[in-house]
Formats: sequence, structure tokens, C-alpha cells
Amino acid sequence: MSNAVVDSDAGTTATSRADEVKRLERREGWKRRLPILPALIYTIVVTQIPFLFTLFYSLTDWRIDKVEPRQFVGIENYTSLTSETEKFFRDAAWVSVQMTVMAVLFSLIVGTLLAILLDRQFFGQGFIRTLLITPFLVMPVVAGLMWKTQMLNFNFGIINWLRNGVGLESVEYATKHPMASVILVLVWQWSPFMMLIVLAGLQGQDQSVLEAARVDGASTFGIFRQITLPQLRPFLELGTLLGAIYLIQVYDHIEVIVGGQPGANNLPFYIAQRSIGGGNRFGLASTYSIIVVIASIIIANIGLRVLSNLLEDDS
Amino acid sequence: MAVFSRSPKPEPVLGQNRAVGHLLSFVTWIIGLVFFFPLFWLTVNGFKEESVASADPTLRFDPTLDRFAEVTEANSGLLSFAEAFSNSLWVVLISTAFVMVLAIPAAYALSIRPMKMWRDVLFFFISTKFLPIVGIIMPVWIIARDLNLLGTRTVLVVLYTAMNLPLAVWMLRSFFAEVPKELIEAAQIDGCSLLGQIRQVLLPIVAPGVAATALLCVIFAWNEFFFALQLNPTGASTIPVWVNSQQKFQGQFIATLSAASVLATLPVVIAGWIAQKRMIRGLAMGAIK
Repeated sequence: MSNAVVDSDAGTTATSRADEVKRLERREGWKRRLPILPALIYTIVVTQIPFLFTLFYSLTDWRIDKVEPRQFVGIENYTSLTSETEKFFRDAAWVSVQMTVMAVLFSLIVGTLLAILLDRQFFGQGFIRTLLITPFLVMPVVAGLMWKTQMLNFNFGIINWLRNGVGLESVEYATKHPMASVILVLVWQWSPFMMLIVLAGLQGQDQSVLEAARVDGASTFGIFRQITLPQLRPFLELGTLLGAIYLIQVYDHIEVIVGGQPGANNLPFYIAQRSIGGGNRFGLASTYSIIVVIASIIIANIGLRVLSNLLEDDS
Repeated sequence: MAVFSRSPKPEPVLGQNRAVGHLLSFVTWIIGLVFFFPLFWLTVNGFKEESVASADPTLRFDPTLDRFAEVTEANSGLLSFAEAFSNSLWVVLISTAFVMVLAIPAAYALSIRPMKMWRDVLFFFISTKFLPIVGIIMPVWIIARDLNLLGTRTVLVVLYTAMNLPLAVWMLRSFFAEVPKELIEAAQIDGCSLLGQIRQVLLPIVAPGVAATALLCVIFAWNEFFFALQLNPTGASTIPVWVNSQQKFQGQFIATLSAASVLATLPVVIAGWIAQKRMIRGLAMGAIK
């Protein structure tokens, strides 16, 4: 991109022409950079600098309920993570991994199926799409409370009412299957999101290519596998990426559905509990946070690579 | 590229056969209704008497607005609906305004007249979303405490702005990238300043995209619970905290909770219904343009 720079004071100074060009280029560069600076600086100040603090805290034994000054302990917090006393941390980490992977995977599958079903002309298409989108718009706190008190509830929940209708015993879902309950609600909320992204991909397909394949006698499934799926790839990747970013951080659903009972506390919930939620162990909890940050970067990377390979092999 | 074009499409993925087509339409309808059913049930329960809601599911009852009246009544000592609603409104609108003021020039610098290494900068913005909130919650809590900001609306405005900024930059950039370059160049030749270009040439074209982006920011900020609960548990808290407080630990509360949930959810659900097409287009196009 070359832009002719017209500047009134150019060329009238005594400096050599080359210096002048350089100076103008630099000026042009700053002119282009200027609009982005406020957003960039704000983001760095509010998100990146506190992260450095977390990194520093994680190297101390800081407890805010004690008057003694915090002491620098090096990597002691990190090495203690494998010890007997940190079993709850490892449990929470394992819950986080399972919950994120399953919620992303299931909502991607359900969302893709919904998108394929919606990608046709039929009576009420817009209405059904609107109904399907709605769960994603619902406040997570409301979604969690609603499922807990009205769908999964032992006494008055719709699901147990249906079970009784076909002669099955009621199940105490939120206490017997805490993680499955949370994942169910997450998939209910995130499938519509995946659906919309995949739908955008399906509707952006080049119709002439599909037509040509059909004329050549390709089957519906063959077209889907060999033409549609590769074209959907960036959209599936985007869905996985955005889904993983948000789902690894899930807190609201856990707070309202299972709220602290063992078996479904993920890392964000456990960290909050151990630090500002009354645990006061800022040093140790910061160590957990650093692990979460590293893990989320790794998971997002692996998720993307696995997905790419899967699609590569297929086509 | 018209993503949601309504023109008849020659070849959908499924359904060549007429009978199969009808069957698939029927299945789609059923799935749509099943997905929506919990929300339908929630709304129905909001119009019931407490004793009817806490019993076997039924659709035969005398609808009443009493639960809505109860939850909106001021409750001494507790966070009332009116307070929570005005706090939410304040925090959501101001943070979204800040996001837009910061994100529009940034998106401009990433698309219309791209700076050097604009891809790296865009990636940086997106990557800040990878930083889980727990990665910064402790320093944020300490700083807010030391600045006497715990329990204020200000701390939520600051954090929601940071939370929504990367997404807004990402979406706006994709909308801006669709503006014809010639138009901007013509304005430059006419001697239009940067602000003038943005205001007079760019914004009229991308206004729908900007509105959709702002709406998504509003939805995320309105629904946010973690910061509101952890940094702001007292009087200045927002609607999600208020809804959560309607959950009682004794007695029957399903009907009241349902009425409160409907009030809390309705504003963003309606807004989302109106803007659904544009919102998702902005999200999806960011990936491929």
C-alpha cells in the first residue's frame, strides 16, 4: 500500500532528500498507528499489567488475612502443586479439562446438525431459527437457575416428571451427576452459537461448485464430505476457538447449579473460592491462575490443530 | 457476500426428495420447540401461584401478575429490582459507549488505512481474550480495594470495557473492511480530516454493523455475573446478582424466581432477536475477511 504524502513543509528544509523521506514515512506511520493507541493502551493497562502482578503474587506466600509481610518463596508454590495437600487443585483442573472439552465438542456437533437442518427452505424457517438462537441470549445465571429448579429438580422438574411418566425413578441430577448437569446447560446455551457460525459458513458456499458436483453425479453425502466440510473448516475452527475461550472460564453455571459441592468445581470456581471468596491465599491461588492461563493457551492450540488435522485427513 | 440471503437456494445440503424434505422440516420444528421449551416453561411458571409452581407440572392454572409485583417491590435492606436495574443500565450503557469510542478508531487503523503489522496487533487483541478472568482477578480486587472502588459501579464499567473491547475491535474491523476504498480515498483527496472521514463517510455505511457490535457488548455486559458478584456484592450490584438472590433456601420460591428471571432476561433477548443476523455476520466474517 503506497500512499502519496502531500505535506506543505516538505522539501523546503535544508536536510537531505533521503532524511526528509524517512521523516515523512515515520510521520505517516505514526499517523496510522495513532487511532489504535487508546484501545491498545487501555487493554494493556487493564488486562496485561494485572497479569504481571498475578505472576509476581504466585512467587510469594501472600495471605491477606495475616499481618506478616508477604515473603518471596520462588517456585515453591508451583512445586507444591503435585503434593498431597493440593489434591483439590488437581481435581478442579481435571474437572475444567473434561468440562471444557465436552461442552465444546457437544455444542459443536449439535450446532452443526442444527445448522444443516436450518439450511433449507421450509415453512417457519426464520421463526425456528429465532427460537433456536434464544438460549444463547439468556443470562447464564438465569439459565443455570432455570435448569436446576424447573428442569432437573428432583420433585417438580420436567425431566423427572417425564421419567415418572414412563415408569422410571426420579434422579437427583444436580447432586448425583453435577458435571453432566452443568455440561447439559452449557451445551443448551452454546449449540445455538455454534449453529449460527456454521450456518454463516453453509450459506456462504459457492453454489456453482455444488451444482457442478451434482451434475457430475456426486451423492449428497459425498458433496457434504468433500466440498461442504472443507469449506466449513474456518467456521468450525472459529466456533471451537471462541467456544473454548468462553467455556474454559465458566463460573456462573457452576455457582448457581452445583455451588461448591465436590465433583464439579472447575478451576475458576476453585480459585475464586481460595482467594477473594474467603480463602485469602493470594499467593497460592495466583499460582493456580497462572496454570489456568498456560493451560488455556495450550488447549486452544491443541483444539485448533486436532480439528485441522481431522478435516485434512477427511478430504 | 450475502450470508443470510433469502433468495431461493438451488441446492441445500439435505432434502432432495419431497417427502424427506417434509420430514426434515417437521424434525426441525420439533427440535426448535424442544430447545425453546425451558424458556417457555420458565415464563409460564412466572404467572403461577407459588404452590402451583412447586407441584407436578401443569398448564391448567389461573394466571396472575402477583409474582411480578412481588419481585419488583422494594425490599428493605436487600438489593431491590429498581436499584439493580438502574445499576445494570448505567454500567452497561457507559461501558459500551467507552468500548465504541476506543474500538472504532482502532478498527479503522486495522482495516481502512492499515498500519504496519496490523495482523499482529489484531491477534494481540484477540489473544487478550485467552487470558482467563481468574488470571487477573486477584490484582484487580486488590487494586479496586486500595482505590476504594469495591462495591462501586465504576469498577464494573472499567472491567466490562476491557472485557468487550477485543470482540468489538474484531467485529468492527470486518465491517469496516467491506467499505469501498475508493470512497475513503475520494474523501481524503477532498481534504477531509480523519475524524471527518470517520464521521461523514465511514459511519453512515457501517452504522448497522456498529449497532450490532454495540448490542453484543450490551448483551455480554448485561449478563456478566462473576465480576458483579466478586467485586460488587452490595448495594451497587447488577441484575444477575439480583436474580441469584431470589433463590431462597427455605420455602417455595420457583414462581417468584421465574418472574424475576423473565424480567432479567427479556431486554437482551428481544434486542438479540432484532439484531441476530447482523451480529452473527460480524462474528463469522471476522474469521475469513
